[in-house]
Amino acid sequence: MAKLLYERPLITPLNTGMTNKFGTRTEYRPMTHIDHVAVKDLLQEFGSPLFVFSERQIRNNYQSAKRAFETRYPKVQFAWSYKTNYLDAICNIFHQKGSWGEVVSGFEYKKALKNGVPGDKILFNGPDKTNEDLKMAIENNSPIHIDHLDELYRLTEMARELNKKPRVAIRVNMDTGIYPMWDRFGFNYENGQAWDAVNKILSNDVLDLIGLHCHIGTFMLAPSAYGIAASKMSELALSIKRQHGKVIEYIDMGGGFASKNTLKGAYLIGADTVPEISEFAEAITSAILNAGFDKDELPYLYLETGRALVDDAGFLLGSVISNKRLSDGRRATILDFGVNNLFTSFWYDHKVSPAQEFGMHTENSVLYGPLCMNIDVVRENVSLPPLNAGDQLVVHHVGAYNFTQSMQFITLRPAVVLIDMKDETHLVRVREDNDSVQRYEQVPEYLKPFKL
Amino acid sequence: MKVKKNVALSDSGFLFNPSSGESYSVNPIGQEIIKMLNEESSEEEIIATLLEKYNVERDTLEKDIRDFFGMLELYGVVKPEEA
Repeated sequence: MAKLLYERPLITPLNTGMTNKFGTRTEYRPMTHIDHVAVKDLLQEFGSPLFVFSERQIRNNYQSAKRAFETRYPKVQFAWSYKTNYLDAICNIFHQKGSWGEVVSGFEYKKALKNGVPGDKILFNGPDKTNEDLKMAIENNSPIHIDHLDELYRLTEMARELNKKPRVAIRVNMDTGIYPMWDRFGFNYENGQAWDAVNKILSNDVLDLIGLHCHIGTFMLAPSAYGIAASKMSELALSIKRQHGKVIEYIDMGGGFASKNTLKGAYLIGADTVPEISEFAEAITSAILNAGFDKDELPYLYLETGRALVDDAGFLLGSVISNKRLSDGRRATILDFGVNNLFTSFWYDHKVSPAQEFGMHTENSVLYGPLCMNIDVVRENVSLPPLNAGDQLVVHHVGAYNFTQSMQFITLRPAVVLIDMKDETHLVRVREDNDSVQRYEQVPEYLKPFKL
Repeated sequence: MKVKKNVALSDSGFLFNPSSGESYSVNPIGQEIIKMLNEESSEEEIIATLLEKYNVERDTLEKDIRDFFGMLELYGVVKPEEA
């Protein structure tokens, strides 16, 4: 007789009066496949842990975001935010869909160029642009988004030296009714800094002011804040036209649209509370369309949306190393991935699903990573079926910022696999080995010999 | 190890401990173990029975049963072991 499937014996207290009227969520529904490819096969072929991206989901997300804006506004251009995920394969999916590049450093700029993005379609943001970076951007005719006065002066000087007229925008920060107010990027609108920067640029004929940029925050849950920002940006553009006779070609609303992740401490899950991208589109486009632009002077709308387009297309697969009982009776599960791969677990309660079938009984567990560090907590409390060593897990919504911020702390970075539209897998980044780290190190000769 | 006499366990795995007023949910294998404890089976007998029935390594089963016994003690479902 064939033996029955084993499940660890469990006794779980039944609690009443939970803080959430919907009760706690239980994650016993297994996720055995991603786009028809078995999680088990992926881990067997590429090793555990493993980042997996769904090309289908990325293309769908882009398509719906594009539709949301283009059905409301005639001139829309997306630029892929490199910092959100600069794996070349991921960037190229967006470029194939027509997205330009949005970069915040010389490193990202060179990456975009190498991927084949024409220089005039790379938007250069960020507070740290070196002279070398600026020179590269000027020569490639890229729109340079000026962050501070020092950069403005430096750029003016370089333009004179190179005898070129760089195309620039200024970054504007403002009060959009949210707390905390993001006022660290660019020039403030309310106190007149932005207007002052505009006057400085337009008072001499060295820089070509073609756009206005803002980035009002990250993981924004209030579309109305974008409406206020778009009104203020439009007002600034119209004032520039009135006082200087200069038509602003584009308004760049930056990024920051929330993804469907659940922030720690949130009462409801992200999927229930995060606004649809069409709500952001409605707020932004209505504000610009109602601002009073002449029909033929309507500015282009640039968007640098990152997180909302890629977060739910990324998964982190991994395995259970062990489970143990903590001193206070809580269950602890140790996984082979931790905060070194999952930086966003510091502020999200990531959804975690088992990758194999279980019964309906669950128990609360804390999920620890493999690092020998107290901070290495993937979930503080999650209700999961009784997992055994070797069982596999899927972490959802990890496509934004996790790979770019992952690091070789204690363990090496895992491989990254892309599942294409035909459900075929492609290795887009190989698993790192010791050489990936040590080839950059140098040991002085005198430190080489030792005897133990 | 003996289960307290007044502890009630239903067929659906609902366990009520009148001495603490707490109720618990027990999964099927957990129910089997409690029933065997009620029948005064020893730990070794329980392990042997389950090894026969389930697809599991002895090490894993032993570890899990010890852990389960620990939880039964913590929740006051079993009588404390006599010294």
